[in-house]
Amino acid sequence: MREAAQVLVDAVSVGGLYALTALGIGMIFGVMRLVNFAHADLITFAGYAIVVFFAQSTMLAVVAAALAAIVLALITERVAFRPLRGANPETLLVSSFAVSFFLEKTLIMIVGARPKGVDFLPGLARQVDVAGVRLQLLHLMTIAMSLALLGGTTWLLRATRLGLEMRAAAENFRMAEALGVRANRVIAAAFAISGLLAGAVACMIVAQTGLVQPRMGLQLVVIAFVGTVIGGLGSLPGAAIGGFFVGLGSILAQALLPEALRPFREAFVFIAVALVLIVRPLGLFPSRSLRQRI
Amino acid sequence: MTSAMRESAVRLAPLILLVALVVLVASAADFAPIILQRRVTQALIMLVGVVGLYVFAGNSGVFSFGNVGFMAIAAYVSALLTMDPGQKSVFLPELPKLLAEQHWPAPAGALAGGATAAAIGALVGFPLMRLSGISASIATFSILVVVYVGLGNWTSVTGGQNSVMGLPNYVGLWTATIWAVVAIAIAFAYQESRGGLLLRASREDEVAAKAAGVDIVRHRWIAFTLSAFLSGVSGVLLAHFLGTVRVETYYLDLTFLVIAMLVIGGAASLTGAVVGALAISLLTEALREAEAGFSIGGIRLAAPAGLGDSTLALLMLVIILYRPKGIAGGREIGFPSRSVSVAGRNDFPPPNPFSNHELE
Repeated sequence: MREAAQVLVDAVSVGGLYALTALGIGMIFGVMRLVNFAHADLITFAGYAIVVFFAQSTMLAVVAAALAAIVLALITERVAFRPLRGANPETLLVSSFAVSFFLEKTLIMIVGARPKGVDFLPGLARQVDVAGVRLQLLHLMTIAMSLALLGGTTWLLRATRLGLEMRAAAENFRMAEALGVRANRVIAAAFAISGLLAGAVACMIVAQTGLVQPRMGLQLVVIAFVGTVIGGLGSLPGAAIGGFFVGLGSILAQALLPEALRPFREAFVFIAVALVLIVRPLGLFPSRSLRQRI
Repeated sequence: MTSAMRESAVRLAPLILLVALVVLVASAADFAPIILQRRVTQALIMLVGVVGLYVFAGNSGVFSFGNVGFMAIAAYVSALLTMDPGQKSVFLPELPKLLAEQHWPAPAGALAGGATAAAIGALVGFPLMRLSGISASIATFSILVVVYVGLGNWTSVTGGQNSVMGLPNYVGLWTATIWAVVAIAIAFAYQESRGGLLLRASREDEVAAKAAGVDIVRHRWIAFTLSAFLSGVSGVLLAHFLGTVRVETYYLDLTFLVIAMLVIGGAASLTGAVVGALAISLLTEALREAEAGFSIGGIRLAAPAGLGDSTLALLMLVIILYRPKGIAGGREIGFPSRSVSVAGRNDFPPPNPFSNHELE
């Protein structure tokens, strides 16, 4: 029973991280039909920002991580993706792959490929007693932060003018533009938010693993991608829920599979994904705006 | 020359010219020093892989990130079937007896590898091809990850993360050339077939093709299976060229290289696939030389390590931004002068009421 609660909290915290990552990706996809591989590098660069600043102060490191990811997101938007606005999603996908590869390889050229150890937020590594169950404080913090960010994003989208414009742009970009929504502002805002989410995810991941390496973002993003596809591309709640379940699934698989099969857990998650897609080719929450019209 | 002969020569022009190009490159390399010869061999192996990806991605317009997974599967299948049983007992002591005893000739191993990749491609392609464009592209990514995780942890059969060494080192310049020619011929035959043309029609306009009765899912599935076979063969060639096989070789870096070659060459035509593979091989070779450095008047100059990868990514981005159809621009290579109207047919020019008269 206790063990079950521990595993569940662990699974929910990992699910939360994937939900945030998938939401960041879904955000960009919503406004410009871009599946952004470079989201991985936002997380990675934020991780390295923590490495640079964590010795001085934790607060500074958190701010630096968020700023690094936001600035990088805005730069990639301006330099690489703005000229491609309106290109088909396939072209955008391949170009974001190239952007991601460029950033990763350039980073390796500068700092090297070896992982770096970081003792970030050591205060969160202890355990706390909750109703007789010993839980990792870090997991609880991750869950709280995921909920706060998901809530904040929802509020932004539902209750502010900017959010309204973003939802309008996701629904029908040309119509929104015709009605006075400024494309540059909405898209830049979406990139900034996805950068902020990436920065937050980086903080939690670095605190959990104590490591930073050039591929850290990629592992997360590859799995979060699959989450967005299961959720239904183009639907933001779908992305968050899909990401959450993929993360949850991978941890539960780790706990529930027989020992011999555990190393293959990611493979099982992906196979489960394929099965979902056989039943619902457009994902669990298909977006109406994505369906092709003539 | 009769007009029928001329017409078929024009139609076959891309095949004839591309095969000639490959044979020319190989013949020239035959006289080159051994190191250069090995580079050309590697370029031709990559060419097989790029053409393999092209068969699906180029004809359907749906990108696949999973083809390197097929390369990995086929490489391991061929390694396990063709290695000397004594060698296998050293590197893979826990191998099931049935596999440990096999000692197949090299070509049979290559075909078995390709066939296994094709069978798995057909199996996973069945659900995946039901997805529409962009979701399908992302879902193919999961093939790559599943294969990587699966092969990397199936220690008793693949040796896990370790290299398997001692593969028969049979892939030289001409073996690679033969397979490159075979791959080009298969890809050309497919894109000129009825199914290939229907799939290309769906690439240009999915809705219109569907309305005209094209069974898009089925044709994508066929192309995907064929593509998995060719990718598999290139994976086998690479493994037997290097003499070792390791899961890490067949992951994101190779995926990026293959995709960059296809995109830079031009994903919409076979000419683009072939030209892209050869041009990028040339470029990466030049950058590798730059990284190794050279001396001018006793001063040693060298580019920082990793510059090659970085430059390649940047070049790909520039191509996408400024020449989105790649070097070949979606056209097939053709004989000069009168072949223009046929060679350029991928562009679907606006109907010209006089064009028939001019052709007569």
